[in-house]
Amino acid sequence: MAGTAIRGRLSSRPRPWQVATVTSVIRETGSVVTIELEAPGWPGHRAGQHLDIRLTAEDGYTAERSYSLASANGEPVAITVERLDDGEVSPYLTEELRAGDELELRGPIGNWFVWNTPDGGPLMLVAGGSGIVPLRAILRHRQRSGSDVPVRLLYSSRTLDDVIYRAELERYRNDGAQITYTLTRTRPPGWSGYSGRVDAAMLAQTAWPAGQHPLAYVCGPTRFVETVADKLVGLGYPSERVRTERFGGVLWCRWMGTRSAACCTRCSERR
Amino acid sequence: MSSPVSRGFRRRHRPSGGQEGRVPPGQYVTEGFPVLSAGPTPHTPLPEWTFSIRQAGNTLRSWTWPEFQALPAENITVDIHCVTRWSKLDTGWRGVPVEALLTQVEQKAPYVMAFCDGGYTTNLPAKDVTGGQAWVAFDYNSQPLPAEHGGPARLLVPHLYFWKSAKWVRGLELMDHDEPGFWETYGYHMYGDPWREQRYAGD
Amino acid sequence: MPLDGNAIGGLLHEVFGTEMTDAVATCGTCGASGRVAETVVYLRVPGTVVRCRSCSAMLMVISQIRGTSCVDLRGLAALDPRGDG
Repeated sequence: MAGTAIRGRLSSRPRPWQVATVTSVIRETGSVVTIELEAPGWPGHRAGQHLDIRLTAEDGYTAERSYSLASANGEPVAITVERLDDGEVSPYLTEELRAGDELELRGPIGNWFVWNTPDGGPLMLVAGGSGIVPLRAILRHRQRSGSDVPVRLLYSSRTLDDVIYRAELERYRNDGAQITYTLTRTRPPGWSGYSGRVDAAMLAQTAWPAGQHPLAYVCGPTRFVETVADKLVGLGYPSERVRTERFGGVLWCRWMGTRSAACCTRCSERR
Repeated sequence: MSSPVSRGFRRRHRPSGGQEGRVPPGQYVTEGFPVLSAGPTPHTPLPEWTFSIRQAGNTLRSWTWPEFQALPAENITVDIHCVTRWSKLDTGWRGVPVEALLTQVEQKAPYVMAFCDGGYTTNLPAKDVTGGQAWVAFDYNSQPLPAEHGGPARLLVPHLYFWKSAKWVRGLELMDHDEPGFWETYGYHMYGDPWREQRYAGD
Repeated sequence: MPLDGNAIGGLLHEVFGTEMTDAVATCGTCGASGRVAETVVYLRVPGTVVRCRSCSAMLMVISQIRGTSCVDLRGLAALDPRGDG
């Protein structure tokens, strides 16, 4: 870059790869598990950060992926992983990995999509699918730190069975958080909540009014995040108070009947 | 410091059951068709689309979409191999052989650079895009090639890694010397033969 | 669909030696500034391409081959890390 200046102090504080040991694998839903890890020397982390995982096969082949931290600082390091049927890493993490196994991780990573208690609120959390993971870390950190910042969560999921951390989210509801679900694919009998994709009307009804100077965190598949972030800005949220983190979208392939990261030219349904 | 082996982790399976001879080393077979792009999908309206053969900044020959559609095209079924390790077998395309385009200009050159909407480029030896080895493809699976897969037309060179099958191709630049295209500049192999596993420079 | 700069936080930390997702990136093509976390990121295509969210111009190209990272900051007019990483 001609004439470019890289300003600021580039301190050398590398986050090298370190070996961590799996202490437990907790099934959250049919396709989602939470993995707790013992990572010696872990420096602590902020809500919203993530870590990188590296797996090494016997032939030396390696694969790396990033996963949001599902726990708050002070709790064991944990990630929550959703199985993609055509994935290379997620089927291993969700079905093969067990307590005692080792893997490599690097982190914590991220300094923008983070919430620290002094950042305040009121907090508007919007999750699409597995986008709930870093938002749950925010909710945990808020609770552990004794913060009384008001919080609302809007969580879009295919079905009620796909809702991750449901019992825990209900506890937050009992503690005064406003938790709203929208189910996009099927609803249980008698469902009185929202259905269908998050749209401007649903956000207008569920999001903090802009006049309260809320701080929003939106996480999920790219298309979901961009739609929601646009609509929040349309409701008057300053764009710098809408933090976003995009995950690779999970496509439900109607033709193949699988949860996939790849695009199949025969399928048109996207999450 | 060596990394510990992750118990039970293995790369995606190699094929079994008769596919071995068709799948290059280090590849796995996918049923889906992954969409890998380095940028937003271009959308050039067909009335504005042209395919050109250029040399040293001059356009030697150019076809509009209707002119291109009037060229003799053929249906082909080929296996394709991406450097990110997926292979897809028996993919069906329709396209104009690149040879039919190159023979329309007098000038010859040992190398070509494919250039595309969005600025992507990739280099190839001229002999690898002639002799029934390469097409400018505009149909996939008997349907117009979807934009996300390179439509309205992409280069199709199945005997090389699929990064050489440039999406949204708009022409070929004739070159006297081999020059690296986009990914080749960043360390990907200048030729890219999947059967010799030529993924990176120096392979 | 592309991701955002959060997805390359680890990679950038490795390359620059400090946290970069909250660094301010200024596009050399259109002049827009934004956080690296908000850039448009295309991963494993086969390398990594980072684009300006405003005008889609390429800001960075990152290629990791045989353990070596090649980072081309061609499209950036400026890259300004903030805070103490």
